[in-house]
Amino acid sequence: MIEMSGKVIVCRCNDVTAEEIEELIDSGVTDIEEIKRLLRVGMGPCQGRTCMPIVISILARKTGRKPEDIPLPRARVPVRPVRAGVLAGGDDE
Amino acid sequence: MSKVAIIGGGIIGVATAYELAKLGEDVVLFEKSYFGSGSTFRCATGIRAQFTDEANIRLMKYSIERWEKLEEELGFDINFRQTGYLFLATSEEEVEAFKSNIRLQNRFGVPTRLIDMDEAKEIVLILNTEPFLAGAWNPKDGKANPFKTLFAYLFRAKEMGVDAREQVEVVGLEREGDEITAVKFRSRGKVERVKVDAVLNATNAWAPVINEMAGLKRDIVPIKACKHQLVKTEPLERGQAEPLVCPPSWNDAYIIQDGEDGGIICGAGIEHEAKSLDDVEPTYDFLRGVLRYALMIAPPLRYAHVIRQWAGFYAKTLDNNPAIGKLLENFYIAAGFSGHGFMMAPAVARAIAELIAKGRSKVPLDWDWYDPYRFERGELRTSAFQIG
Repeated sequence: MIEMSGKVIVCRCNDVTAEEIEELIDSGVTDIEEIKRLLRVGMGPCQGRTCMPIVISILARKTGRKPEDIPLPRARVPVRPVRAGVLAGGDDE
Repeated sequence: MSKVAIIGGGIIGVATAYELAKLGEDVVLFEKSYFGSGSTFRCATGIRAQFTDEANIRLMKYSIERWEKLEEELGFDINFRQTGYLFLATSEEEVEAFKSNIRLQNRFGVPTRLIDMDEAKEIVLILNTEPFLAGAWNPKDGKANPFKTLFAYLFRAKEMGVDAREQVEVVGLEREGDEITAVKFRSRGKVERVKVDAVLNATNAWAPVINEMAGLKRDIVPIKACKHQLVKTEPLERGQAEPLVCPPSWNDAYIIQDGEDGGIICGAGIEHEAKSLDDVEPTYDFLRGVLRYALMIAPPLRYAHVIRQWAGFYAKTLDNNPAIGKLLENFYIAAGFSGHGFMMAPAVARAIAELIAKGRSKVPLDWDWYDPYRFERGELRTSAFQIG
């Protein structure tokens, strides 16, 4: 594990730091679905691709679980951001 | 001090646990999945007093007064903001209906007023005013963060000694005569039991399952899980569509800018009956349908990227009003919120907690209106006005 000194941004969509994640876990919130919603990690445009593996490794380390035992939060469609105008289609349809 | 078991760790169960603990009761709370996992964490965040009947207007007026003080009372940021609800009329008949609703709301102290489209455009910068004739605007309506609100209640409840358990499923209730005497639950694969003096069924869409465990008819309170969905755009600059904006005649479609990140949440009454109580699978017809409405309400949204779509349940009763009250001597219910549980929680939690602890409540909740036995008697209320 890299040295965690100063501010380490884990979720770049919503500017969530490693410190905030650790603090929340220390306060007793250890369910990945709850951590996700309270800090909004993985709820930005990247859909958690950047942050989720790191969040899970922090959670695993702090709770003594194996990362593979922590289920990923439910993925949301669309997998990549899509323009609303494209999804809605044209006026002729 | 009596022992009260609450089944259901959504906003109603958690807020009631908090209120009961404040009244000095010994509370144990059971949530079979994670807190908020049922309907609370899937909601559209809206809070409004713009209903069309006296009971819901008075209850929500009181609830909003509680919301206004909740952040201070709980000592946590819950991001409650009074950014208003704006309903839009597309016909003269609808304008007349708005006027009569507004008169009713005004009579109970809700400051809704009819506004023209120039004023509407000032309130909602990206609004397409062309299809609409007038708006019903209540600046006291608003929104809050469901995740933070639930955890604020939960944290304070635990601090007062509430034994709140998640991933613990209630599997049975023991009943003697007209009383529930014990709750059986499964924790880490093992079934245990706890003796109780009272039980609250706060499981919303799951409530019929729990009622059956209490030896009641499964459909004593008929509740249907209806899948409702939302889509959300990428974060946008604040202040473009802060209120909930809804033309009810367009299949109850609405947009509202998320109070947290500024993404636009889009909803509509495109409803599917859930295949099971695990069916929260989003559907393509909704994604396409809701966006067509959203782009007619606010055309610039066509350039925004959609980043997520999710589903949850409106736990609907036959008249879209919740069932709140007593089912047996010591068995209570607050469920079937039909999409309004989050906004009603501060009022309902206090009312039901007082009913359980003291046998009566000072909250202006019309117990007859929400009587859980009304369905059994074949009595229905006028349907509560749906939406957000």
